[in-house]
Amino acid sequence: MKPAPFEYFAPRSVGEAVHLLAEHGTEAKVLAGGQSLVPLMNMRLARPSVIVDINRIPGLDYITPGPMLRIGALCRQRTAEKSAEVGARCPLLRDALRLVGHTQIRNRGTVGGSIAHADPAAELTAVLAALGGEVMVQGPKGARAIAASDFFVTYLTTSLASDELLTEVRFPAPPPGAGWSWMEIARRHGDFALVGVGAVLALRDGVIAEARIALTGVGPTPVRAQDAERLLVGQAPSEGLWEEAGAAVRASLEPDGDIHASPEYRTHVAAVLTCRALREALTRVREAS
Amino acid sequence: MALREITLRINDREYRGRAETRKTLADFIREDCALTGTHLGCEHGVCGACTILMNGEAVRSCLLFAVQAEGADLRTVEGLADGEHLHPIQQAFWESHALQCGFCTPGFLMTTLAFLRENPHPTDREIREALAGNLCRCTGYQNIVTAVAAAAEANLSQGWKVPEAKEVRREIRAGDSRDRRTQRAGIAKTKKRRTQRR
Repeated sequence: MKPAPFEYFAPRSVGEAVHLLAEHGTEAKVLAGGQSLVPLMNMRLARPSVIVDINRIPGLDYITPGPMLRIGALCRQRTAEKSAEVGARCPLLRDALRLVGHTQIRNRGTVGGSIAHADPAAELTAVLAALGGEVMVQGPKGARAIAASDFFVTYLTTSLASDELLTEVRFPAPPPGAGWSWMEIARRHGDFALVGVGAVLALRDGVIAEARIALTGVGPTPVRAQDAERLLVGQAPSEGLWEEAGAAVRASLEPDGDIHASPEYRTHVAAVLTCRALREALTRVREAS
Repeated sequence: MALREITLRINDREYRGRAETRKTLADFIREDCALTGTHLGCEHGVCGACTILMNGEAVRSCLLFAVQAEGADLRTVEGLADGEHLHPIQQAFWESHALQCGFCTPGFLMTTLAFLRENPHPTDREIREALAGNLCRCTGYQNIVTAVAAAAEANLSQGWKVPEAKEVRREIRAGDSRDRRTQRAGIAKTKKRRTQRR
């Protein structure tokens, strides 16, 4: 349970980090919080020969409020979880953060790192997908934004190039008065959930104006439940409508089974959690109004 | 094999050592600083036995490389007791029979230290949630929960203070002027000292 040897760099600027990534290519791994990378290295499931530790880069741990909540690559999950700005503008993110690992993990783990690691069972990937957020990356040729829908490619794989560094994650704040809910089922508190669902609902004149649903644990990437979203928009909220949305989710998923849960079980839980999340989101819409 | 010079503070004392970049902070604390109170259970961030405070925050020392802790202020289980006097959290664990084999205890104690600093009046549910990242294989968790509640209670009635991160840093600076010795960390030296004692 000891990592293989590696060369270690602790750049002091984003430019320096990108330069190192360009120099070492796929041999290099970026180390931020290390709460996913280091276990993989300890178990020798990952053996990068170069580690680019970005923790010494100043000024990357920010949370900037605005229509887009901008979170710097070194903002710890625990910092974001406790941030009043995150709670006020993006409570779905706050609620999901509370279920990421344990306090000790969140004290080190970063929001950006969780997104870049792209584990489809991780809460934050689905939050970004549900809200239609994006990431900012810096490469040798400059910066670019990548939408969540283009970012997550498959298990632990993103469209980030090997010479690019994720510098910021952008979560669009839901419209004022919107309701939200994060629901998940895990065997033990703090474990990766078997299935998780993030939902946001906004109403106008008694009908659903906006619905956003994304799930973890049911595919190789976080899964946006677009069939269910389309079905909801323009309708008046009701128990029957939530059931229909759950059924749409059920019909759209083809998860893999594993030692923890069969495909049938995951699909069933996804549908049930979708109903529950929509119900809770509606309660919050009504509390807000 | 590239060795790195690493200087850090543990329990108000400066330690210096050389380590490979791949050496985890937990191994550095145990092997190079000879502070073996920090335990390693799973070495992949699940069991919590290696929990220490780094700059005042509870972290898993098996998921950090020693080189990352260059310049950091650490607190380990050895930094809890005041000489012969157990820290109130240790006392509460002792009195509540919150340990059996004791392997997981250092991690629980350090987790509790950080937790009670942030939440001095926890509910039972909050205690359970705070301890969820630490595994114990002997006692069951009931007595551990009881001990943390007792420690919080003792904090209220006796007014002991869990040092804040800033206070920890102040203490270190104060300690700095008193004790400028720098321990050259290394197992060989520790072994030598132990032999001498015998």
